[in-house]
Amino acid sequence: MSEVFTAAPAARQKGDVLPVLLPFRAPAPRAWRWPRLRLVHLVGIVGALLLIGGGAFAQGGAPRLSALEVIWKWFPLLMSGFGFNILMSVLAMALGTVAGIGLGLLQIGENRFLRRLAWAATQFFRNAPWLVLLFFAMFMIPFQFRVFGYTIPFPDWVKAIIGFSLPVMANMSEILRGAVASLPSGQWEAAESLAFSRRQTLFMIILPQCVKRMLPPWMNLYSLITMATVQASIVGVSEMLTLTSQVHAAEGGRPDLLAPLYGFAMLCFFVYCYPIERFTLYLERRFQLNQ
Amino acid sequence: MDMIAKWFLELYETTGINLTIVYDAYDRQRFLSGLGMTVYLSVVCILASIVIGAVGAWAQGSPLRVVRGLVNGFVVLFRNTPPLVQIFFFYFGLGQILPRIEDVDGMRVPILTNVQWAIVSLSLFAGAFNVEIFRSGIEAVPRTTTEAAEALGYTRFGVYRHVLLPLALRICLPSLNNNLVNLLKTTTLAYAIAVPETLYVSKQIWTDSQNVPVMMIVLLLVYTALVGILVFIMHRWEKALAIPGYGQGGAR
Repeated sequence: MSEVFTAAPAARQKGDVLPVLLPFRAPAPRAWRWPRLRLVHLVGIVGALLLIGGGAFAQGGAPRLSALEVIWKWFPLLMSGFGFNILMSVLAMALGTVAGIGLGLLQIGENRFLRRLAWAATQFFRNAPWLVLLFFAMFMIPFQFRVFGYTIPFPDWVKAIIGFSLPVMANMSEILRGAVASLPSGQWEAAESLAFSRRQTLFMIILPQCVKRMLPPWMNLYSLITMATVQASIVGVSEMLTLTSQVHAAEGGRPDLLAPLYGFAMLCFFVYCYPIERFTLYLERRFQLNQ
Repeated sequence: MDMIAKWFLELYETTGINLTIVYDAYDRQRFLSGLGMTVYLSVVCILASIVIGAVGAWAQGSPLRVVRGLVNGFVVLFRNTPPLVQIFFFYFGLGQILPRIEDVDGMRVPILTNVQWAIVSLSLFAGAFNVEIFRSGIEAVPRTTTEAAEALGYTRFGVYRHVLLPLALRICLPSLNNNLVNLLKTTTLAYAIAVPETLYVSKQIWTDSQNVPVMMIVLLLVYTALVGILVFIMHRWEKALAIPGYGQGGAR
């Protein structure tokens, strides 16, 4: 073996193997890391803190609480509101995903009439503004149902969840259709030649491959719906934004408190959504490598 | 006009479909002005956000780290916070802090009205997404194209304006299209700061006339139509811009 390399440059040690002779090994995918704090983020965080705390120095009156103290005082309340936002987003996402997968399956189904219908529903709910759909759900769904003598109450927040799940459903349906369409048609043909039925092909071959493609846009959608849940405050659900304005009123309606309070709400959502965005990017990059 | 109004009045009396926006002159005027405000908001915000996106994407390629960092910070911040909270932050938060000016009547008024704040915050929100979209388009232009342009003596701005941006625009038009549709839908959020756009006037109308379901359906149809018009215009633009090999338009 070593005679082969006698002609190699003098710097080469004995026993070294030429790089081209090494077996090919794919580089390991980069492990997911928490986003590194760069200059940008530091500037942003310091800016946000200054903005929040800025009110403190603008008004030096003794009996007044500074903006930071106000936020600290009402922190548990604001956080419970934020938790409610998260809860609404999770429930709306769950409901919308299930409905959307159903609608998406209809969209790629064989029945021509159902396919057109599902397509029309998807386009309609995708193109309607979320706030209008929310109003739609709020005003069109009765506040209670009577089933077999039982009265099932439908509080505002449940209706809001339904309102949010409508656009999620439509987008999910489109994501599913896109993922199925993006698979090479050879997969269908190969399955057919192996005598899989259409249903078997779909559930055993196509959809499992689609999960990977659907995950990044699905997470994107989740982040969008989380940010949309604050819209529920417009229709009177008491979530974080409603509580924020109530806190503002409780502190005497000082105008200098508004920027810090809304800034704090922005910060909460940023802290929640930014990691999701990073993770989505990571998944996208990782899945592209393996395809 | 009178005949149509009469017919719709009859429709209301026979079926209960109360379309006040057709037969009632006051409601019609209100609704049309709301529609006009939505179109105005959308057009201004679309143009402003495209400018923000193009400038931001250029600044992202800056050799200065601080500029790059600031643009990245702007994009990350605006992409990951709810647009409604942004609007509130700008209108209530910043609007209160900024000094007031005197108008023609000598009244002290805020520097920007609610419509202007809505335009500012919606443009910044959509602009942040556009920066990312343009950046992805620029990244898809082969590096050699830039190098060739540089070899021909273009400055950095010249390369961007004459070579990179026109090619990148064609590549990213589909996703730009998507984002602009999203922006059109987001203009409804201006409702929250009492900008009299379509949703706002519709709410006034259905409060006055008690015709919530009818107005709801009208509202959904109006927005679907508006989105349809925008998509149609964007497709025409895409076709007009198409050059072989770039974007979807060229492939056809």
